[in-house]
Amino acid sequence: MIPAKFDYVRVDSAEAAIAALVEHGDEAKILAGGHSLVPLLKLRLASPGVLVDVGRVKDLSYIRDAGDHIAIGALTRHREVETSSVLAEHVPLLGKVAHYVGDNQVRHRGTIGGSIAHGDPASDLPTAAVALGATLVARGPKGERTISAADFFHGFLTTALAEDELLTEIRVPKTTGAGANYQKFNRRAQDWAIVGVAAFNQGGNVGVALTNMGSIPVRASAVEAALKSGATAAQAAEHAADGTEPPADLNASVEYRKHLARVLTRRALEAAGVA
Amino acid sequence: MKVSMQINGAAQSHDVEPRTLLVQYIRESCGLTGTNVGCDTSSCGACTIHLDGESVKSCTILAVQADGAALTTIEGMAAADGTLHPMQEAFRQNHGLQCGYCTPGMVMAATGLLKEIPHPTEAEVRLGLEGNLCRCTGYHNIVKAVLAAAEQS
Amino acid sequence: MTDILDAVLADDAPFHGTVGQPLLRKEDPKLLTGEGKYTDDIVVTGAVQMAMVRSPYAHARIRSIDTADALKAPGVVAVFTGADLAGEWGGPMPCAWPVTADMKNPAHYPLAVGTANYCGDAVAVVIADTKAQAADAATLVIVDYEELPAVVGVKDALSDRVVIHPEIGTNQSYVWDLKPDEDKVTAAFAAAVHTVRCEYVQQRLIPAAMEPRGVLVVPQPFGGEFVVYSSTQIPHILKVMLGLTVGIPEQKLRVIAPAVGGGFGSKLNVYAEEVLALALARKLRRPVRWTETRSENTQATIHGRGQEQVIELAADADGKVTAVRVEILADMGAYLQLVTPGVPLLGSFLYTGVYAVPAFSFRCTAVFTNLTPTDAYRGAGRPEASYAIERSMDTLAAKIGLDPAEIRRRNFIPADAFPYPSASGLVFDSGNYEPALAKALAHADYDGLRAKQATEKASKSKIRTGVGISSYFEICGLAPSRALASLNYSAGGWEAATVRILPTCKVQVISGATPHGQGHETTWSQIVADKLGISPDDIEVLHSDTAISPLGLDTYGSRSLAVGGTAIWIATDKVIAKAKAIAAHQLEASDDDVEFAAGVFSVKGSPDRALPIAAIAFGAFTAHNLPDGMEPNLEAHCTWDPPNFTFPFGTHIAIVEVDTETGHTALKKYVCVDDCGNQINPLIVQGQIHGGVIQGIAQALFEGVQYDDKGNLLTATLADYLVPSAADVPSLITDHTVTPSPTNPMGVKGAGEAGTIGSAPAVMNAIVDALRDFGVNDILMPATPERVWHAISHSAN
Repeated sequence: MIPAKFDYVRVDSAEAAIAALVEHGDEAKILAGGHSLVPLLKLRLASPGVLVDVGRVKDLSYIRDAGDHIAIGALTRHREVETSSVLAEHVPLLGKVAHYVGDNQVRHRGTIGGSIAHGDPASDLPTAAVALGATLVARGPKGERTISAADFFHGFLTTALAEDELLTEIRVPKTTGAGANYQKFNRRAQDWAIVGVAAFNQGGNVGVALTNMGSIPVRASAVEAALKSGATAAQAAEHAADGTEPPADLNASVEYRKHLARVLTRRALEAAGVA
Repeated sequence: MKVSMQINGAAQSHDVEPRTLLVQYIRESCGLTGTNVGCDTSSCGACTIHLDGESVKSCTILAVQADGAALTTIEGMAAADGTLHPMQEAFRQNHGLQCGYCTPGMVMAATGLLKEIPHPTEAEVRLGLEGNLCRCTGYHNIVKAVLAAAEQS
Repeated sequence: MTDILDAVLADDAPFHGTVGQPLLRKEDPKLLTGEGKYTDDIVVTGAVQMAMVRSPYAHARIRSIDTADALKAPGVVAVFTGADLAGEWGGPMPCAWPVTADMKNPAHYPLAVGTANYCGDAVAVVIADTKAQAADAATLVIVDYEELPAVVGVKDALSDRVVIHPEIGTNQSYVWDLKPDEDKVTAAFAAAVHTVRCEYVQQRLIPAAMEPRGVLVVPQPFGGEFVVYSSTQIPHILKVMLGLTVGIPEQKLRVIAPAVGGGFGSKLNVYAEEVLALALARKLRRPVRWTETRSENTQATIHGRGQEQVIELAADADGKVTAVRVEILADMGAYLQLVTPGVPLLGSFLYTGVYAVPAFSFRCTAVFTNLTPTDAYRGAGRPEASYAIERSMDTLAAKIGLDPAEIRRRNFIPADAFPYPSASGLVFDSGNYEPALAKALAHADYDGLRAKQATEKASKSKIRTGVGISSYFEICGLAPSRALASLNYSAGGWEAATVRILPTCKVQVISGATPHGQGHETTWSQIVADKLGISPDDIEVLHSDTAISPLGLDTYGSRSLAVGGTAIWIATDKVIAKAKAIAAHQLEASDDDVEFAAGVFSVKGSPDRALPIAAIAFGAFTAHNLPDGMEPNLEAHCTWDPPNFTFPFGTHIAIVEVDTETGHTALKKYVCVDDCGNQINPLIVQGQIHGGVIQGIAQALFEGVQYDDKGNLLTATLADYLVPSAADVPSLITDHTVTPSPTNPMGVKGAGEAGTIGSAPAVMNAIVDALRDFGVNDILMPATPERVWHAISHSAN
């Protein structure tokens, strides 16, 4: 319940955060909303030497129409993503997925950047980022670089971010007017997904990704390919578990997760308007 | 380090270790013990308070993160003359509490919920309270209380 | 003096009867405003904090413990191992229920010495100035463990492959039989037209009261006294046991249960941390406190259930059950806690259910495992029993081709057969089962649901409706002391109360029952208010402090109203009798000519010759004009030992929809018709039913302790142990019938556990009902989506 001791650095700009990361190296951890990190600190499953609190960096919380995409500041809270009218219009999948993150109180504090940078394959927003083909903007001592969501997640709780990099923005291509659905299957509403399936369909341009079906969020490429070659939603969904290596845990076996992926993919596709 | 915040309208300022959780700060430094701790995984919601007007779990926020914020805890809900807040009154009228341990968090979460959805359906109330666990009431009367409070506002 | 009497009389509010009314709770304002003080809320200057060092292994030899680093850590006051404290104890940790003369009960102490026997078994204690310092230092205690093979399952335990407690030579604690007439049972099975044999697993459950446990011991510097604050259901029993275990004379101990955040049986115990805090407060001469974290609670507070059951039914051609034979294997965990061994016995008498079964046989074999000790959890033995009989009745009905409602009707004990001498030997006080079933069927629209199922079947729907009935009953009002004696329990089952009318006609009710959410202050006030003809607001209920209510046996087993409430009722009668004698004296009438109604004593036939109770109260205080030889003041005591248990009952119906593609079960509707006899406060009764029902639903659908094969607890937090939230369960349809108990003057039974006892079988019967067409006859609890999916996808059909 009580975290181990750590040093605390509060910064007011991305630059200051990066400087702190450079200074403290692998001892440092970024603290944003804290809703992925603080639970680990309390159980002493994580004990970083230094927390760099970016919570007060003002210019990293926004949702902006940037022409062909929507730019979302990394510190934008789940609640803002969930209720954003800009996103509802141009990236309808994202708000629907954000609605399922944690619970009300968690959504008031947790941030989209924190959730994505944490790299938990059981989290909802990383899946949405992958399904939507988002681009992630990382800033480091040498400047800014962009990483596609497909390349961002490297393994369980590990990402493409270097130790001295800060995730600053999520760029999501517009899918204006798309059908969108997130099938989050769990035993209790507040829990992580046993399996989740995020799908959008913008007039035949379909994106599908899976939550908790491997060590990273998984793009259901076989499903998308089957649809391109004329399969129905039901036929395509049969490929949802192709090539996946889902975990076995308290709530589900590998076999059951694969089964769920197929059923939920069909439902997500159908709900997103794929015949 | 030193942190300062407004809690229930009163200024509080104390030295804390950075690792101090906001709920510990509220309970131990400020002596406001109405906010409870029921778990260590952000699951139960007993520690729910309002931070700058929004419901949050004070066990999952460091006190240093809340430096400068305005907080409301259960102690700040009733009027100065002791009149219960409409949500507290609805819980009382509908027997929405038994042992009372989850109650402060439930009241704070429910009040926050009605700010966002003033007239929720039963399903919206239930989903809106998904982050708060109660072991006594089976939730029936809590849900009834929140719907009654919404009705009256 | 007259002026004061006038003021007293002027303050006398008009009387309205309140028994049977849904009075709002007196307890609520302080709990709603954060003013309720739980143990961790109590501030004592100079208190030091305990942190426990717990075994990460289910079974391990402790080779050595190195406390040097911990002792050097900031703020650390002391660090002790079990060996360090060997001289502190007056006796081992208490078990109050040696169910058989030869029951094996290995001695255990607050800190394990030599061997740790479950994950979470405490091996050392750190005392520091702050919680954080104690937690930090606890991580610096270096324990050298030699891991030993662990016993995780009850059948493995029975094999004695690994003997956990070598000093007793076996993992078997006891075998307890309830076999009133074995020949009759054998004959019934031989003659049976239909038999069924069912096996069920009562998975371990974590009680998960929302307030974790906590204790604070404050030594009184002069006189050797100690005040113990504990989040406990049993301050009175705790006082006795702490005295014996720590070796402190009982009169030097004062135990206070402040606001207690739920118990459900888990705080009906004497825990290592309570014993340690007291011993260390004595040793260190400082206040000592400890507050449990949730991850400690899941392993260091008792678990509930933990049984494997085999139940066999014999029936005639009409589906009338002629015999029930039960064998259970009960998991005690690593040690016997306060009433661990007795839990299966509490259920033993209920395995014939609400049915007129002439022959019955029961055996319980209890074994030790390398897991957290089990003990009483809401229902304690009775949910297990009602599950076995209610599930197996459905299996029998399916085998014969009878409707589940019909087989119950055919077997109900008839209403005119009460008091009913059951095959188990107990006499069931009162019952009328058919009306509760009929009401429940009507609320559920039973026939409509059956029609809906036929449509789903015809259309091969992927969503299948299931309807599950549970006509449960239970045994509560614990307990007649002589009955407890026959079960070898080490204490009685009475409850004590004092009713005291103060000079201004305000009343103190002092109760030995110890509420932790049940609303006793409100219910007791209603009882006394109605009898005295005063307002409930003029009554103060005092409880949960052994200095204020020195005698009591506390709250568990749905006993407080039937036993403790009756004590209050009778004590109030005694006060009224004394007041009446004073009134007769002052009205110059004979006792027999004075009547008392609505707070006024009057002479029969002369209503103008009357005195309000307030005048008598003041007169008893001034003692100016009392009958010769009468003591001043109005106060009476009663210790009530009930003549029998009470047997509440009811019918619950669960309606589920099973998604046959994913295995997900949605509980669509839940009907409960309960009969707990007369109700004092229906609002509180209903609240008890609601909470109980959801806990039973949780056993059926959500909760279950999981260990790996080395005995590591996998469901150690509320993120992994799925206590359901409001979003996961429905609202409930509640109704009731009233069949008063003849065992007490109020005709009350008990409501605290009924919901839990009735609900799990209803839900599981519903799920199996939904899936009978798929060839599914049983599913383990909790019926997780994967289990349901697996049952469907691996079934014959």
